[in-house]
Amino acid sequence: MATRQTASLARLMRAPAIILLLIWMAVPLAMTLYYSFLNYNLLNPAGTSWAGWFNYQYFYTDPAFFASIWNTLVLVLGVLFITVVGGIAIAILIDKPIFGQGIVRILVISPFFVMPPVAALIWKNMIMHPSYGVFADIAKFFGAAPVDWFAQYPLFSIILIVAWQWLPFATLILLTSLQSLDGEQMEAAEMDGAPAYSRFLYLVLPHMARAITVVILIQTIFLLGIYAEILVTTNGGPGTASTNLTFLIYRAARLNFDIGGAAAGGIIAVILTNIVAVFLMRAVGKNLD
Amino acid sequence: MGRITLEGVAKRFGDVEVIPPLNLDIEDGEFVVFVGPSGCGKSTLLRLIAGLEDVSDGRILIDGKDATDESPAKRGLAMVFQSYALYPHMSVRKNIAFPMKMAGMDQAEQDRRIEAAAKALNLTNYLDRKPGQLSGGQRQRVAIGRAIVREPSAFLFDEPLSNLDAALRVGMRLEISELHNRLKTTMIYVTHDQVEAMTMADKIVVLHAGRIEQVGSPLELYLRPKNAFVAAFIGSPKMNLFTGAAAAEYGATTIGVRPEHIAISPTAGKWQGRVGVSEHLGSDSFFYVEDTGLAETITVRSDGEVNMHHGDTVWLTPTEDKIHKFDANGDRIQ
Repeated sequence: MATRQTASLARLMRAPAIILLLIWMAVPLAMTLYYSFLNYNLLNPAGTSWAGWFNYQYFYTDPAFFASIWNTLVLVLGVLFITVVGGIAIAILIDKPIFGQGIVRILVISPFFVMPPVAALIWKNMIMHPSYGVFADIAKFFGAAPVDWFAQYPLFSIILIVAWQWLPFATLILLTSLQSLDGEQMEAAEMDGAPAYSRFLYLVLPHMARAITVVILIQTIFLLGIYAEILVTTNGGPGTASTNLTFLIYRAARLNFDIGGAAAGGIIAVILTNIVAVFLMRAVGKNLD
Repeated sequence: MGRITLEGVAKRFGDVEVIPPLNLDIEDGEFVVFVGPSGCGKSTLLRLIAGLEDVSDGRILIDGKDATDESPAKRGLAMVFQSYALYPHMSVRKNIAFPMKMAGMDQAEQDRRIEAAAKALNLTNYLDRKPGQLSGGQRQRVAIGRAIVREPSAFLFDEPLSNLDAALRVGMRLEISELHNRLKTTMIYVTHDQVEAMTMADKIVVLHAGRIEQVGSPLELYLRPKNAFVAAFIGSPKMNLFTGAAAAEYGATTIGVRPEHIAISPTAGKWQGRVGVSEHLGSDSFFYVEDTGLAETITVRSDGEVNMHHGDTVWLTPTEDKIHKFDANGDRIQ
């Protein structure tokens, strides 16, 4: 336990790191906040003037705004659903001792090493492409018309790609959790007459609750900011069918050169993210203590 | 009913035979203890009976019915594990209710059995706690409660007391014995502690390297050990074993004398030696006598008032009719 001297010394020693982090966080936030109240367009930087709430009003009345929030939600929840359910299933599968276990585990984890734009391009050009993608070949083999994934199901395609990328992460965390399950508990349940699905429901799932929480929290943070996969595949389209909030902000800033509008969007995104975070912590955070 | 019969049961892990074929009869209502040094296969044998391991050979009969290929749940046995294996996220009540819930028993009957078990095991005030909030002894009782409510035909205990401290262990030992007296259900109890075996068992099965060395009541094993292994394993402190001239004198390869069957005297006796360590417990005194030329040390137990100390020269005399004789194979010579 710390004495008074060591406590004040500790405060002094950790001050630089905390101050640096604070600056790192506070300065960009303050600048974004400041820009969001300006008429600031890169095409006409000389005409910068005070805008008041106009940027917020403009962003809010943009029909793409609510569509993008909806898309963000669908994207995050869709990927979470696939990765958590799929992750549990794969973790249970590769937890059993099998021949070539090491190689199988490395293969399962490997998608995580592929950079997001590369992964998205591979999916776009080699898997989902309507004329020479693998899915098209499969469809043709069965005599069906190939699906033009990014035109017909743009958001679903992106969910699929992102889920593929995050599945290894979920699997890895859930697998370690599964391996820490006490074998005697499972045997006790077996003797108690619990069939496999009951053992899963009453033992495995509660045991993994904490790991599932970790997966949901960490993934949500990253999934709210999905951007590269959309940029290289659908570019947010068709229309705004696959535009999420991040991509909408990107469009404002880099396609319309509207720094003020983008900044306002950024602030709105920060607020929404915090609302989501509060709900998340309320809903699943109790599993963490 | 809980009559368990093993017929030529064997277990192999790959090429390693951990349990060579063995036969064993466990009568209904018996308290049977499997005892042996660690790695002797006693836990494996218990797991074979439970159905948590598949037998490589032979048959397991429960109440005369072949249960060899039955699933653990169908055998009607309940097991208490060394780590207790409680379900950590369920309250004590739900832990105890779990096997009944799995069996689809109606709620009123479940509640009745839980209340009865909790009362018998002193758990009534803890029913709504989680296992993590209980002490080791209480967790052990919850594990026993979970076994009792199923009303199994036999209880299997896998070293249930080894995670408890010494005082608690003695208490739980008594509780389990009382439980057996009350329920009169077959119990199979695995331990490496021969004191637990001697105090609790109706019948002790001594195992060594997967083989059954001897089956018998505690006193039978103590008075007439079949071989040198059982002789050395049963009894505390251990029996003194001598080979060479001292044994040849009795026409045996090895002779064994228990510490309590050697008289110690400061003046005269059969073997001369020097007291090494002496332990005075009040009720008993233990002397570890060295330099006898027979064995490294000879352990002697005498009553508490014998007053001899480190370095004293002493004479030892074994009680002639309490000497155990063993032949070259280690088997008892009658």
